[in-house]
Amino acid sequence: MTATVRIPTSLRGLTKGSSEVEVPPGRVGTALDDLITKYPDLRERLIGEDGKPRRFVNIFVAEDDIRFLDGLETAVTDGQVVTILPAVAGG
Amino acid sequence: MAFVESLICRECSRTYEVAPSYFCEWCFGPLEVLYDYDAIADTISREKIAEGPPTLWRYADLLPVEASAAADLGAGFTPLVRADRLAEVLGLGELWVKNDTLNPTNSFKDRPVTVAVTKALEFGIKTVACASTGNLANAVAAHAARAGLDSYVFVPHDIERSKIVATAALGTVVAVQGNYDDVNRLCVQLNEEYPWGLVNINLRPYYAEGSKTLAFETAEQLGWQLPDHVVVPVASGALLTKIARGFDELVRVGLVDANEVRISGAQAEGCSPVATAFLEGSDDVRPQKPNTIAKSLAIGDPADGYYALREVRRSGGAVAAVTDDEIVEAIHLLARTEGILTEPAGGVTVATLAKLAREGQVTESERVVIYITGHGLKATEVIAADDPVAIPATIDGFRSEFEIKEYA
Repeated sequence: MTATVRIPTSLRGLTKGSSEVEVPPGRVGTALDDLITKYPDLRERLIGEDGKPRRFVNIFVAEDDIRFLDGLETAVTDGQVVTILPAVAGG
Repeated sequence: MAFVESLICRECSRTYEVAPSYFCEWCFGPLEVLYDYDAIADTISREKIAEGPPTLWRYADLLPVEASAAADLGAGFTPLVRADRLAEVLGLGELWVKNDTLNPTNSFKDRPVTVAVTKALEFGIKTVACASTGNLANAVAAHAARAGLDSYVFVPHDIERSKIVATAALGTVVAVQGNYDDVNRLCVQLNEEYPWGLVNINLRPYYAEGSKTLAFETAEQLGWQLPDHVVVPVASGALLTKIARGFDELVRVGLVDANEVRISGAQAEGCSPVATAFLEGSDDVRPQKPNTIAKSLAIGDPADGYYALREVRRSGGAVAAVTDDEIVEAIHLLARTEGILTEPAGGVTVATLAKLAREGQVTESERVVIYITGHGLKATEVIAADDPVAIPATIDGFRSEFEIKEYA
């Protein structure tokens, strides 16, 4: 039983080059905790002073932005992919 | 680029060298261009600008490129027209319309794109691309062709047909099954895969600067004075924040006297994340799933929403949202009073101006400028009328349908 977190290029220096990291299924919050336990340097890059993901970090489960789901409480099931991306630019 | 110092993170102020990059590797905040304003102030003058070309490249000293106008179709320096008849209907005083439908591809997007594609050439990039609601796609395909670059433009599958047709003649259009925010996410991922210049992603710090020229032109065309209040359509929020930055820069380099310009934003109710946050007094711009006829403004997760909101509040402006019916009505109002045919985004702006005027948030004593950013022929679906009156080619045929009181 595993889910996958996709790491953006700019953070792969902190994951020993890995573009994908396997985590146990659960919630987005637990997936991030697990990721940070494996690679502690990611904490200050992803998490702001308020303990929440930084304003300009976007997180998707499958293809859906977690802000349209249940945020950090969004379920992550077996085989699902959690994608971390820099906030949208665009416009 | 003599005047560009570096890129700087808008959140944590870390600086980065000038490159195709758009977010801070430390905190993920967006990057923008940092200039040496003292050096610009030493060289720029109203006279020098007046001797420049009748395009936005007359303000090259305040743009982040080495050789100006390398990818140029003549964007910018569009008319600023006094709109007395519209003002009278709305109960306003001195009202001006910046008619930015008169750009090479008929929207304001030619401004950021001429800067972005010029920058792409400088970086040696061979292919440019973008995530677009339609107007940007058109501008990118045209400027890429002009510069001899390949282009791929990604749009939601359900945008106006005329925007797809016009763009397909110029470059490669990719219709993505999803809304703009899905297209945008795809393009952020493509940016990690291909060595492209995505104008509104990895070239965004340069691209966005092009929109400042709307502020520069507004001031120059008002006789080097700043207006009191501007109303700007809000999609990503970048246009609004860059117009604000443009006014600030003019003061900073000594081209105009300071005047606190109130900056207000216009959105459609069917896609109003910034207006909603404004009305709730929140600085958390929550994303929405767009559903509006104003497709060019249908960005549910606006990249600069947070900054646009901050600029509006700092300047004492407001953000309001209007219904699709109000948008269509406003398109006709602008057309019939001022002879300017706009796409729905302009209807959003005019309808919002009307709403803010009714609420007393825009007043008769203010010198007001509104920005009409896209041409009506790009989105005729929303104004499609019944067939016109048909008559035989005779005077009697005409008289049988129309009773005209005046005779020659």
